[in-house]
Amino acid sequence: MENAIISKEKLPELFTQIIAKNKLFAPVKENGFSLFKEVEKASEIDTSYVNTRVPPKSIIFKQTETLFHFTPGKKGNVEKIPEENEKIVIYAIRTCDAKAFALLDPVFIGDFEDPYYSARRRNSVLIGLSCNNPGPACFCTSFDDSPASIEYVDILFTDLGYKYYIEGNSEIGKKFLEDHKTLFDAASGEDQKSRDKVEREAIGKIKRTMKLTGIVEKLDGMFDHPIWYESARKCIGCGTCTYLCPTCHCFDMQDESTLNKGARIRVWDSCMYPEYTHHASGHNPRPARMNRVRNRVYHKFNYFPKNTEVFGCTGCSRCIEYCSANIDIIEIINKIGEVKE
Amino acid sequence: MKANPYLPSLAIIEGVKEEVEGNRAIKTFRLAFQDDKKKNFSFIPGQCVMISLFGSGECMFAISSSPTQKDYIEVSVMKHGKVTSALHKLEKGDTLGVRGPYGNNFDVEGWKKRNLIFIGGGIGQAPLRSVINYILDNREDYGNIDIIYGARTSADLCYKDEFVELEKRNDVKAHLSIDVDEEHWEKYVGFVPDNLLEVNPAPENAIAITCGPPIMIHYVIQNLLKLGFKEEQIYTTLEMRMKCGIGICGRCNIGNLYVCKDGPVFSYDQLKELQGDI
Repeated sequence: MENAIISKEKLPELFTQIIAKNKLFAPVKENGFSLFKEVEKASEIDTSYVNTRVPPKSIIFKQTETLFHFTPGKKGNVEKIPEENEKIVIYAIRTCDAKAFALLDPVFIGDFEDPYYSARRRNSVLIGLSCNNPGPACFCTSFDDSPASIEYVDILFTDLGYKYYIEGNSEIGKKFLEDHKTLFDAASGEDQKSRDKVEREAIGKIKRTMKLTGIVEKLDGMFDHPIWYESARKCIGCGTCTYLCPTCHCFDMQDESTLNKGARIRVWDSCMYPEYTHHASGHNPRPARMNRVRNRVYHKFNYFPKNTEVFGCTGCSRCIEYCSANIDIIEIINKIGEVKE
Repeated sequence: MKANPYLPSLAIIEGVKEEVEGNRAIKTFRLAFQDDKKKNFSFIPGQCVMISLFGSGECMFAISSSPTQKDYIEVSVMKHGKVTSALHKLEKGDTLGVRGPYGNNFDVEGWKKRNLIFIGGGIGQAPLRSVINYILDNREDYGNIDIIYGARTSADLCYKDEFVELEKRNDVKAHLSIDVDEEHWEKYVGFVPDNLLEVNPAPENAIAITCGPPIMIHYVIQNLLKLGFKEEQIYTTLEMRMKCGIGICGRCNIGNLYVCKDGPVFSYDQLKELQGDI
């Protein structure tokens, strides 16, 4: 099954069916902001949002997780934790956040395989929800994506008012639609046209552009440029840009233990902190804020493309929206583009 | 499915050797794997291991023993931070976690027939010891060997007894130095890069391998270039703060490369092209 329609009245039934067999993660509102959470009933889901504050990468790459247990001390021992094999469905993920998984996959599943990430990734179905009202700083179109790009999700829903237009993309997605087909109606040519119109209108609402042509090569010659001191001057080093970034993947590993029980824990970390790179000897390769801001920009727009041939940014705009000091990555990149060589 | 790269194998400390005492204490730990499958742990000089002391944490160390020693691996650890201080309290019979080997290696195959000059400073001798001992065990495959090694004081020199043995051999030359003069010290006094100029090795058919504090590496490379060494004849091995060891956790990057995975061994011509914070 590829394209279909579901009326909004039947949506709760779809969620009930999903919840019966899977862990369903969807946007909910808590304390006035949206976040992805595991939901137990359809009524908890609230899709009246531009995007969640914390990206859904947190479902697959958890902010905090136990890697294994151990007996602490000098007669230590290791105890594996069972592999997670529950089926996960992520509903209403935005294109930009779904693309982020495509960018993270080669990082976590490359020469080595991160078993925690890969198990959840393997067991997850991504149901996208086209973004009909992109935010003021959104710029996914700069990466030739659209608020209704289908290639990074298994299934894409597009809100057409009183119904959703549904497209199956991957084999998993098509099978999923087949499994729930009693809830769907056939999509007409008119529906397809409405869907395309919604996408065109959404694209039209995106006002900002990051100029990316030649930026990888340009950055090769800009490492020692004064622009980095300028860009970093406002930075307060809070790390928000990295924690809320759907493609940031840095983490720390720490041991937590009592007298006879312990666990090695992994937690998100941030390259915005001086401790992140601080050697025990006292040496720090990135001692100043300038070094750290520069590393963030280079990682997304020079190192990532060199290693995987794609930019490490999806245009989700969180780092711009939530930066306490109004640092704007679009401005930085566009300014770099304008520097005369 | 691939094995979980974060799970350490257990290893027993078979021996602890006190190399240096005092504030900058260094100990060499000899480790034997408990798991039979790991008995064949194979690595190439230059590679590293993640050592866990459960409850204290995990650190990356260069393997300081040679792979020609099949029954154990050794790591030399300077007491400096939280994990290394806890490691220094351990004794023979205690258990550690080990995962690896990680990273690239010295090109011991490609260096056959070449003259080798090792230039080490302080604890930086640890990774060099692995390749030196490997080469001494395959002595006929290589040309002349010079080992230039120095520390702040004679007490800070690592592997002292091994240098005594090396000095007895006539197929390798050791050139020791200390930074400041001491009574009864008859060898070179001064910094390692200066001792390098004093030794004055010929660049023809040679490879220079250096490891030590960043500032020492910097001047050693300058002086090697002065002596006529080409950039591609100079190798170093770098360290960075590391957590995962497998190129995911992010912190050890220099430019687009991760020291844990793409390093730690770099030739100077590679390093010079790399833009990044070192």
